Amino acid sequence: MKQLSQERTPLHEALEKHRSERMAHFDVPGHKGGRGNKELKYFLGEETLKLDVNSMKPLDNLCHPVSVIKEAQELAAQAFGASEAFFIVNGTTAAVQAMIMSTCKAGEKIIMPRNVHRSAINALVVCGAVPVYVNPGINKQLGIPLGMSVRDVEQAIMDNPDAKAVMVNNPTYYGICSDLKSIVTLAHSKGMRVLVDEAHGTHFYFGENMPINAMRAGADMAAVSMHKTGGSLTQSSLLLCGENVNTDYVRQVINLTQTTSGSYLLMSSLDIARKNLSLNGKEMFRKTVDFAEYAREEINKLGGYYAFAQELENQDTVYAFDPTKLSIHTRDIGLAGIEVYDLLRDDYGIQIEFGDIGNILAIISSGDRNLEIERLISALSEIKRLYGKDATDMFDHEYINPKVVMPPQKAFYSSKRTVPIMESAGEICAEFVMCYPPGIPILAPGEAITEEILNYTDYAKKKGCFMTGTQDMSVEHIQVVAQG
Amino acid sequence: MELWFSEPHTKNVKLSIKIKRQVYSEQSRYQRIDIFDTFEFGRILVLDGFLMLTEKDEFIYHEMITHVPMCVNPNIKNVLVIGAGDGGTIRELTRYSTIEHIDMVEIDEKVVEACKRFLQQTASSLEDSRVQITYTDGLKFVRTQQDQYDLILVDSTDPFGPGEGLFTREFYGNCFKALKEDGILINQHESPFYSDDAKSMQRAHKNIAASFPIASVYQFHLPTYPSGHWLFGFASKKYRPLEDMHAKEWETLGITTKYYNTDLHKGAFYIPNYVKELLEHA
Repeated sequence: MKQLSQERTPLHEALEKHRSERMAHFDVPGHKGGRGNKELKYFLGEETLKLDVNSMKPLDNLCHPVSVIKEAQELAAQAFGASEAFFIVNGTTAAVQAMIMSTCKAGEKIIMPRNVHRSAINALVVCGAVPVYVNPGINKQLGIPLGMSVRDVEQAIMDNPDAKAVMVNNPTYYGICSDLKSIVTLAHSKGMRVLVDEAHGTHFYFGENMPINAMRAGADMAAVSMHKTGGSLTQSSLLLCGENVNTDYVRQVINLTQTTSGSYLLMSSLDIARKNLSLNGKEMFRKTVDFAEYAREEINKLGGYYAFAQELENQDTVYAFDPTKLSIHTRDIGLAGIEVYDLLRDDYGIQIEFGDIGNILAIISSGDRNLEIERLISALSEIKRLYGKDATDMFDHEYINPKVVMPPQKAFYSSKRTVPIMESAGEICAEFVMCYPPGIPILAPGEAITEEILNYTDYAKKKGCFMTGTQDMSVEHIQVVAQG
Repeated sequence: MELWFSEPHTKNVKLSIKIKRQVYSEQSRYQRIDIFDTFEFGRILVLDGFLMLTEKDEFIYHEMITHVPMCVNPNIKNVLVIGAGDGGTIRELTRYSTIEHIDMVEIDEKVVEACKRFLQQTASSLEDSRVQITYTDGLKFVRTQQDQYDLILVDSTDPFGPGEGLFTREFYGNCFKALKEDGILINQHESPFYSDDAKSMQRAHKNIAASFPIASVYQFHLPTYPSGHWLFGFASKKYRPLEDMHAKEWETLGITTKYYNTDLHKGAFYIPNYVKELLEHA
């Protein structure tokens, strides 16, 4: 295998060469460099449209890479310290699903925290694997789910010695990491794989003083959202594999569901982002952490808000905190996170990542400027001045431990009844209910519906959370398993 | 040899000024700073390619930003000026012996340095003992102030580049908080004429009106700014720009001006119909 330097971008270079050759195209896509869709060409730019091509010999094929895509993937594997890397163009959702589906078959168990992204539970619906949930700790004050305690993972492994894998969020949406290294040692000693959802962890591979990344911790597979903090285009992602994974099988599993028309715009963005991270990552994430730390300091000075960080670390459920995350607790100014999120956008023209019941999350990157950071801080100061109120009536908890009474696949495909959601307590849920973002299910197929959960969804809805997952677009009705 | 400075006023319109010589050029951390000598306008200051002032017409801008609020409230003692690195606004303010303290907040120290060296016409009063200069982001500075100032003057560049944050709702809200209960805010309010400038103008008005009970604009004519038709915003917690003006009192101060007078003060607030409409639909 020839060793390429990280300065190279094999796929990007092949596309540049292809563009200069001015080929006559009698293949798809039919817009033919934008000539067949002028409005789109003006909107997205002629250069972009010219690069939106189909796979062909000089440009390799994502489903069966043998040349430039293969080389670009090898460079990515090298950059991330993985044995092999796959370019994913169906979102990190596809990477998460490929990890699970190449590890578990129908009826097999997988140990995971309940605060996984919906893509993980979706994979269980598709492949029929059965979740064993580990209750992530909860921080009572902030109302956020934490990481998994090693002790709880150990207990789950002892109780389920037949489980195939342990899945870990590294980090959670809020920036919280479990003790990944110990979990890997533990799982491997019992012959289980470790799968890591690193949707929010690309920078762990390149920044300094970051929590440990999955490949370094010895995990078997990791789904890395390059587009989130790595600088590639939305929907592009990487699936990383460690040493003892049959990657030819993984490729087959990926090809079960991934498109056969992989977008060269997305793939070349992965190639170029990887180069940028390799060459400039340290500096990029130093700048990101500086921005985030400055913002935390200033926001905490405003009073009422609490921008939390490493002080939460407790050697257990918050083993490490991602210093690039700007998570802010808002409840003490008397506003739900989602209310602050809406005010920021509607009144101040500032779009942040998400707001939930008690917190907001702003994504900081090296693409930010002091100017925008100052705007965010000043807008939060104004929101407190103009809208802050007494916090006594605020809902004060977020995580509800679910009761799984049926495997997700069985519940999803069972015969179902539709009932008004507020009258569904006591039933078994047959679909998802969640706020999006963050996309962590409040209810998943196969879980018992309780009054407590309904109170929570009702409150979230009233505060303006964007609820999704149910067949009923207005989330007034819910599908439950038809029993008896 | 002919050397010309050109600034696009829109995609299809530009203003060109013939240059005698380049006096100064530097890339600061925030922007490119250029100073030229010209045949028609004297010395000119250019930031990131945009003309900020000329020796020939700067008096119009600096008199109008200063004397209008000073005539409405002659008791102004504590002033905050944001931007204004060239010093022209400070020069006009220091003509009032009644003003006790002026905080000037400029993001780019290099602009002040360059103007002190090469633009004494405007920078002449920056050394006045009442003036305290702080080099920081205006948005950041004003956020930390409360119930402090009688007057805030926002002498900013355009709403893109380093001055961007000074056109936002959070900035105007923070100014409201920094002002005393009878405080006045004057801001560089862009132009109603060309559509891109007009959009900025509308956005600024909308954001100011969301924070202040009294929010209006007044106009002046600056030959070297796009279209020549330019606006300042007058926002206030208590005083109205016409009803509360103290014309007689101001006249007895004996401040000599080239552009401003108390009749023009009144006239400046009578704006054309199309501008009224833009403000109504901001």
